[in-house]
Amino acid sequence: MADTTGYDKALPQIRPDTAPFWEGCKRHELLVQRCSDCGTFRYPPRPMCHECNSLNTEWVKVTKGTVYSYEVIRASTPATPATAGFEKDLPLAVVLIELPEAGKVRMVSNIVGCDVDSIKIGMPVEVVFDDVTEEITLPKFKPVVQ
Amino acid sequence: METLKDKCAIVGIGQTPFIIDSGRTELSFALEAVKLAIEDAGLTPKDIDGFVSYTCDNSASDTVIATNFGMPNITYAGQIPHWGGSGCAMVAHACAAIVAGLAKYVVCWRALTVGAFRSNLWNPTEERPFFDNAEDFLRPFGWTRTAKDAMGMYWMRHMHEYGSTYEQLAAIPIAARKHAARNPRALIRTPLTVQEYLDSPFELEPFRALDNNVKGDVGAACIVTSAERAKDCRRRPVYVMAAGQASGPLPGYSYEMWNHRPVVTETAAKYLASYLYGMAGVYPEDIDVAELYDCFPIACIAMIEDYGFCKKGEVGPFVQDGRIELGGQLPVNTHGGHLAEGYIHGFSHVLEGARQMRGTSTAQVKDAELALVGSAWTCPTSGLILRR
Repeated sequence: MADTTGYDKALPQIRPDTAPFWEGCKRHELLVQRCSDCGTFRYPPRPMCHECNSLNTEWVKVTKGTVYSYEVIRASTPATPATAGFEKDLPLAVVLIELPEAGKVRMVSNIVGCDVDSIKIGMPVEVVFDDVTEEITLPKFKPVVQ
Repeated sequence: METLKDKCAIVGIGQTPFIIDSGRTELSFALEAVKLAIEDAGLTPKDIDGFVSYTCDNSASDTVIATNFGMPNITYAGQIPHWGGSGCAMVAHACAAIVAGLAKYVVCWRALTVGAFRSNLWNPTEERPFFDNAEDFLRPFGWTRTAKDAMGMYWMRHMHEYGSTYEQLAAIPIAARKHAARNPRALIRTPLTVQEYLDSPFELEPFRALDNNVKGDVGAACIVTSAERAKDCRRRPVYVMAAGQASGPLPGYSYEMWNHRPVVTETAAKYLASYLYGMAGVYPEDIDVAELYDCFPIACIAMIEDYGFCKKGEVGPFVQDGRIELGGQLPVNTHGGHLAEGYIHGFSHVLEGARQMRGTSTAQVKDAELALVGSAWTCPTSGLILRR
């Protein structure tokens, strides 16, 4: 799925606290941060555990998700402009995925391989990886075929 | 424990018209609004010794405004972050400064022009880490810069969990239009039907074209002083019975990052509500009128639920049958709010709450004695309970 030429959409910056997450994506692994001391998951990555205040951290690979909520960007208008580069992808579903293997933390992503009008809250999904540039891979989700 | 309850009052309010493409500076709107508020209070500029502003304001520093007015001495200057969540907090901080003896007459103001909105902010970096999260973990997936996405996720989940409907959500803009029809300042004064609302196309589902707020260039200001000094001002004092801010847990998951919190179907107002009612010593059913931030209908409907006017999950049925219109059980946004009067980061809601307590609203609630004002869906949010 590599298309490294002319990718014109927003890309994440790699920062010291979030680098392991993006390195994992590049290896096609969805890693969620977990406190090494009390096991509480957190997302997006940040230095300290909010439960026990430990700075000791580890990364856990997950593959499964559930659609918790979503939006569908159907039009780009002056009042509601689509983010640059996404105008050609409309209608675009931006989804909130709950990760049952990671303490039910949630992450925002896109659904692929699914008509936007078929998306249902509660539907099971699994992670796939989109190598959008040489440096950056984005985690996305596809419906689990039941 | 001592609180600021009843120790301060809003004694002057000033709001310019909303002007489309005014060609004027934010400073000119700030000066006009502050002048109106000072005159309304029966004060002179030389009486003013304190300022509180939004960090997202870019009209001018407090010292520039003070210089324009020739104010002799500023002894208190405060700024409140968190965008539209600031409005009520500004009055809270003004009260705190006055009770602490840091100033006698404090101006709170907001001026914005549509063209320069979000540029040249006082304090653009104070929310950097939170914004970095949005840029890295939301934007690459198409998350917009409209402030709609997080609220959209809330409403889609609220409909799923509680059976809320778009017909119910329509009650918010419909009420705003009805109230705006009585308000000469309002930019949109035409009525709206449920069918017109439902026929409005989705832009960012669940948001439709008719969910957008209306904007113009504008300034608004109020003057706060002690309850004692308020007796000598021109107008009937509007006492601040309760004021404050609250964030709820994981406050860094604010605004665009909202949906990463444990519960999506609530706002920080839920955590502020019991604090405000507790300080005032009143219950939700004692509130006669509510002015709640309505950048979009979803923002407003969420706060009606979170301020305890109905049970969790039941705001859909609650807002139907004219309950939130003038004459109903709890009129909401009697000025038409951001959806119909005009957008000013919630400061117009503070002024309208004051008008209701003075008895001078264009959609006056008969015998209104208590008003609740709620600022935007941020962390922390802020609110006021005002009384006659």
